[in-house]
Amino acid sequence: MATDPVTEFSLDVPRSAEHGEARDAPPAGTGPWRLAARRMRRNKVALAFGALFVLIVLVCAAAPLWANQVAHTGPNTNHIADTIELDGEETQVVSFGGIPIGPTWEGRFFLGADRNGRDTMVRLLYGGRNSLIIGLSAALITTLLAVLVGLLAGYFRGWVDGVISRILDIIWAYPVILLGVALGVALAVGGLQIGPITISGNSLAIPILVIALVYVPYMARPIRGQVLSLREKEFVEAARAQGAGPVRIIFSEILPNVASTIIVFFPLMVANAILLEAALSFLGAGVQEPEPSWGTMISDGVDLLITAEHLAIVPGLMLVLTVLSLNVFGDGARDALDPRAKVRLEH
Amino acid sequence: MARFVIRRLLSMALVMFVVSVLTFLIFNVIPNGDPASRMAGRIPTENQIERIREEWGFDEPLYVQYATTMKKVFTGDLISYTNQTDVLDEIVRGIPATFSLAIGAAIIWMLFAIALGLFSAMRAGRFSDRFLTVLALIGISMPVFWVGALMNHYLGFKAGIFPNGGYVPFTENPFDWFYHLIMPWTALALLFIGFYSRVLRGNVLDTMNEDYVRTARAKGLSERRIMIRHVLRNSLIPIVTLWGLDFGAVVGGGAILTETVFDLQGVGAYAAESIGRLDVPPVLAVVMFGAFFIVLLNTIVDIVYAALDPRIRVA
Repeated sequence: MATDPVTEFSLDVPRSAEHGEARDAPPAGTGPWRLAARRMRRNKVALAFGALFVLIVLVCAAAPLWANQVAHTGPNTNHIADTIELDGEETQVVSFGGIPIGPTWEGRFFLGADRNGRDTMVRLLYGGRNSLIIGLSAALITTLLAVLVGLLAGYFRGWVDGVISRILDIIWAYPVILLGVALGVALAVGGLQIGPITISGNSLAIPILVIALVYVPYMARPIRGQVLSLREKEFVEAARAQGAGPVRIIFSEILPNVASTIIVFFPLMVANAILLEAALSFLGAGVQEPEPSWGTMISDGVDLLITAEHLAIVPGLMLVLTVLSLNVFGDGARDALDPRAKVRLEH
Repeated sequence: MARFVIRRLLSMALVMFVVSVLTFLIFNVIPNGDPASRMAGRIPTENQIERIREEWGFDEPLYVQYATTMKKVFTGDLISYTNQTDVLDEIVRGIPATFSLAIGAAIIWMLFAIALGLFSAMRAGRFSDRFLTVLALIGISMPVFWVGALMNHYLGFKAGIFPNGGYVPFTENPFDWFYHLIMPWTALALLFIGFYSRVLRGNVLDTMNEDYVRTARAKGLSERRIMIRHVLRNSLIPIVTLWGLDFGAVVGGGAILTETVFDLQGVGAYAAESIGRLDVPPVLAVVMFGAFFIVLLNTIVDIVYAALDPRIRVA
């Protein structure tokens, strides 16, 4: 995915909603956060998709439960030479021709097996867990870095801004996938050593760090822009006149004012991180074998499309549902928090 | 104007230099362990590693290593140690397929985005607009390699409507070239259509409230003429810039996924194969050239923009 998912989307399109608001207008003096919550509650579509995302997270978090209680196997356990009883018949998990069994719709091999005789349902849940862990952690790290860097650059300007902005420009010069691939490949072979900490090449931390880093400029730039204009506002002036130092001004005057931007960005960041994880894993520069993720599962499944279509379709559908739910929810959050904002992950 | 161009070219050279240093650092310095054994691929022999260490001068100071790396990348004596092929040759061979894919997809996504964006804006808030919004959201939520693989399987392999992957050079048979590229173009364009049509819709809605549009209406111009000559024209400007940049991003990296799925034998497919083998030299070269191409294209877009709009030259 070369480009930027946007929030140019809006499901409650008619701005004639203004008429509606006039009818049951909120009492005067209602705070901005309460107003946003009101608007969010009205956007049933966004709420439904938000709930869908929570549901997906819960289901994937329960992966060990399914593996231990229902399927009685792990995500990386091979059953390539095993047989199971199906309709009173002994069936091979993977036939001599290398064709894995399809969905049994029973506890074991509910969604069939893959080429190595691994339980697809178990892998789907564990893979989802990995994809979600990577997506959420990467988005969290991106957000922390971007907010910090954006606040510093925007508030101090001068050489601080110069250095930070140039670094962001350079990261920006790379297409997202290319930079992800470069870092992913380089780190997957040798691992990474930061001071006393050594991260091995097949650790989930590698794709998390790679994805987090790649997206920093996309979020830091708009935040920096906002801070640049906020620092000239009267309330900042007032705080400064009262003798507040830079730390206090940044954290108690400016940060609360960029909070809505951060909240709007976060779900979209998670959605993009999950998509990038899938792309990197599909190419072999993300999650490494035998660890499952939706990306690696699609990658395995594509090779077997001819004999076992469901192996590519099922993880792909889960991925699309997850990303779609985040995109729709994030869109609703943007409409609720700042209807006129055009927050986008710009290029 | 001449001064602007010179200034822009100088800053381009600087960015390229920094990008090359960063790429060098990513591959040769940041990761843990012995760079020579990383270069050698997944299953290297002791001999090979020793030879690579000598050839690349991994015992030398960093700036010498950087110079050696750049010399290797640009003079064409960079070889893949896993299959002993010349990396630059492979990249040059892949360029026609990659550009064919990117140009066709870019034209398709722009045309569809203009049509859908305009349609959506004119019916803002109605059912058809909401329906297109949902479609666009689904479009940006789908991974291109998944859609591509399913298209290839169902339309190509099963139904046999389109060829099941592969690339035919334009010079060999223009019709087959087109026929083989229809599916890859569509798969790649789907993602961008969703995105661009929404941006255009927003721009059109904003432009429709401009004073000059009211003036045009007051003059009694036909609605059709107003939409095309006045509204669409002005709404397109920001999109065209974006288009230039995204085209660069597709050539410089985005094509990796699409080419792999449709077996297009372009630069992207070559990169993907190398990534699968964790073969560092080709990945290093593709990343370097890809980033250079983007920087170059950004500069061209800036210069063209300045030629069209004199106000930018001052900034």
